[in-house]
Amino acid sequence: MLKVLDSAVPIACWSCSIGHNDFTLFCPHCSKIQPPPGGDYFSVFGLQPRLNLDLAALEQEFHRLSRKLHPDRFARAGEHEKEWSLADTALINDAYRTLKDPLRRTEYLLRLVGADSGEKAVGAARKDVSRVPADLLEEVFELNMQIEEARQAKQAGDHDAESQASLEEAQQKFVALLDAVDSDLRVSWTVWDNGDEAARKAEQKKMVALLDRRRYLSNLVRDIKEVLGE
Amino acid sequence: MAEAHVVGIDLGTTNSLVAYMEGSKPVVIPGVDGSNLVPSVVALDPLPAGGGRPTVTVGNSARKVLIETPERVIYSVKRLMGRGLEEVKKELQFFQFRLADDIEEGEVPRIQLGELRFTPPEISAYILRQLKRNAERFFGAPVKQAVITVPAYFNDAQRQATKDAGRMAGLDVLRLVNEPTAAALAYGLDRTQAETIAVYDLGGGTFDISILKLQDGIFEVQSTNGDTHLGGDDIDNLLVAIALDEIRAGHGIDLAAHHDAVQALRKAAIDAKIRLSTEQSARFDFELPDGSRYQREIPRTVFESVIAPVLARTAGPCKQAMADAGITADKIDEVVLVGGSSRIPAVRKLVDDLFHLSARGKKPHTELNPDEVVALGAAVQADILDGASAATEEMLLLDVTPLSLGIEALGGTVARIIQRNSTIPASATEFFTTGVDGQTNVAIHVLQGERELATDCRSLARFDLKGIPPMSAGLPRIEVKFLIDADGILHVSAREQRSGKAAEIEVKPTYGLTDEQVESMILDSFDHAEDDFSKRLLIETRNEAETILTAVERAPQNPAWNNLSAEEQLTIKAAKDKLITVKQSENTQAIAEATVALDTATRRFAELMMDAAVSSAIRGKTMNEAGEELSEPVTAPHEFAPAEFK
Repeated sequence: MLKVLDSAVPIACWSCSIGHNDFTLFCPHCSKIQPPPGGDYFSVFGLQPRLNLDLAALEQEFHRLSRKLHPDRFARAGEHEKEWSLADTALINDAYRTLKDPLRRTEYLLRLVGADSGEKAVGAARKDVSRVPADLLEEVFELNMQIEEARQAKQAGDHDAESQASLEEAQQKFVALLDAVDSDLRVSWTVWDNGDEAARKAEQKKMVALLDRRRYLSNLVRDIKEVLGE
Repeated sequence: MAEAHVVGIDLGTTNSLVAYMEGSKPVVIPGVDGSNLVPSVVALDPLPAGGGRPTVTVGNSARKVLIETPERVIYSVKRLMGRGLEEVKKELQFFQFRLADDIEEGEVPRIQLGELRFTPPEISAYILRQLKRNAERFFGAPVKQAVITVPAYFNDAQRQATKDAGRMAGLDVLRLVNEPTAAALAYGLDRTQAETIAVYDLGGGTFDISILKLQDGIFEVQSTNGDTHLGGDDIDNLLVAIALDEIRAGHGIDLAAHHDAVQALRKAAIDAKIRLSTEQSARFDFELPDGSRYQREIPRTVFESVIAPVLARTAGPCKQAMADAGITADKIDEVVLVGGSSRIPAVRKLVDDLFHLSARGKKPHTELNPDEVVALGAAVQADILDGASAATEEMLLLDVTPLSLGIEALGGTVARIIQRNSTIPASATEFFTTGVDGQTNVAIHVLQGERELATDCRSLARFDLKGIPPMSAGLPRIEVKFLIDADGILHVSAREQRSGKAAEIEVKPTYGLTDEQVESMILDSFDHAEDDFSKRLLIETRNEAETILTAVERAPQNPAWNNLSAEEQLTIKAAKDKLITVKQSENTQAIAEATVALDTATRRFAELMMDAAVSSAIRGKTMNEAGEELSEPVTAPHEFAPAEFK
């Protein structure tokens, strides 16, 4: 996902020919825009991989870089600089979009350290594989039946106040479970950020499981909402 | 100031405008008739007897042809931009134009206009060329670069078609800007404190809602939503349909068969609609072909209940946009109203309810003319791109893609690779491989939309990755990079990772013209920069003077002439004599001014003549008796928008 044109990165600046490390958007010597650097989304903003981020500072840095890199600033530049401005801006936009959202950020970091919940299938064949959390097996089974019945009743134009109430109750319960997952994730972030290699490894496993659980729960909540007509 | 101007263009369904930045203030550039709005109407003049290219007329003067020879005129072409054959056929149920009869599957549909056939981008190019000329006349210098606005909810094909039109008109399109975002730019010039604003844009044919965060000159769009088939046209269609029903029931006349009468009825409906924005009731008084009158009082309350279902359709996109931005109505600091239809009090009431405005002691922004605000914003963006002005130095627009981008996966489902409301430019990288030993091609189908199944989304293009080195199935690793640029247009590149070779991509756009086609459609060569600009300008200005003089010469033969006072007749004559004298000189500016003066002097006559023409058209006579081409001021938006026949 991240290996964007890595082999194409020149070590010497195209403009002033002075060498620079390849994780930079601008030449440290002549300040000219550079082709998209290698490195991860965190390094784009000069950050170490971390799960707790100062979002206000991240936004500020995003805005600062946008002002300098955006294609609007290169409307009268040469073809190469135009092209790099487009690629660099896409990179900071992709990076910012990923890092500002807690879930995307967590998924991204897990992928970065090679701990994501299973190899993404190649090409267009990938799918969200989510397993039923073991502790919820029975409840989920029942809920799915209920959702199916409610769907059919809705199609037939029936309105069953009792099933509606019970679905609303289920919705509340599963939303609460989602919130619980989120607060568990936040605890894991801090452990990971402050932990050593071994502690991080253990926490990564935990987070993979939490994300799986979350994905499953949020699909379920979406289905309930849909059948409740919200 | 840079030596060449970059202009901002609002290419609208009903009207188009061109604006530029005058110092630190955006202003609209008027046409030769003094009007800021150029109706988006294009007419093909009769072919020259000796052969050669026919003349194409744009704007107010093209509208006259609409009544005389409707088969030589096209309007509302924006609705056809970037659309496929089936979609265009559906649109044409409501239009009088015809499709060319030789269109093949997968081709960009062409419209029959008189003896010739044009694609929608070509028609738009004529409108753009007119705006370009208006700007050139205004500056007295060539204009080569422009920013053009598009509805925020336009898809890839519609955007590409708009860009193609610019190129055909001889314009380097520096950027496509979303209309609601442009409006925010026009309003946002003096703001420094952080705030969240919503732009509600209900135009002639499209509806957009955008939510933006403004901070230190950065306009960051949070979310956008809309409907590319919702606008004032729908309201007009309802009023016309009701009138047709009542005329059928009350007078036993089926007016739907008389195209010209329906056009006149539509104009009356639009007039009533506009009056109802300021008055509590409007009177419909319409002469029927048999000389009887269809008279009806429309109270505002009735009007509002009729249009309520149309207006209600804007609520869903607004709520979705707020949900996507992760905010509630109470977090929106300001609401900006854009588009002619936002003048309707019921629309303002709906917006007030949606965003809890009066409950929070707030009012929507309506200070800028809703017909002009988008063009003004385009001029601001043009100035940002120009990069030479202190007024916009600190401003930067970060817009989003309105629709998710996906690729067709096994079983016809869609795998999303770029989510809607992602800040653009945005990119995604996907890896593909082969399914059969020795396979050297991989096909990728790219789609746009929010639905789960490929058949429910809009097909953008099919990419054929070629030249993959023959290997065992599953071994090649082809990296495909999808990039949506700052105009919202998709670019794709591919590389086979094991061999490091750039894969060859053959793109088959589902809707759209190829580069070669666009090249061949570039409008007449005399528009090119190397031609002597001032000489051309003088010739054009003289031609315009000639046109109006011919018309005025014949004016006394028109019955409407006798309705003018002796004083009015004298004023016209004086203006005419002045123009005849000035026309001999080399002074382009003086000729243009004298032309405007004569045009202004004859305005009342033109109105009288148009009135007579409309009523004679209903009696089945033609406009030929009514007189010659004279422009009239634009009063109504979407004056000649299509009727809906049921």
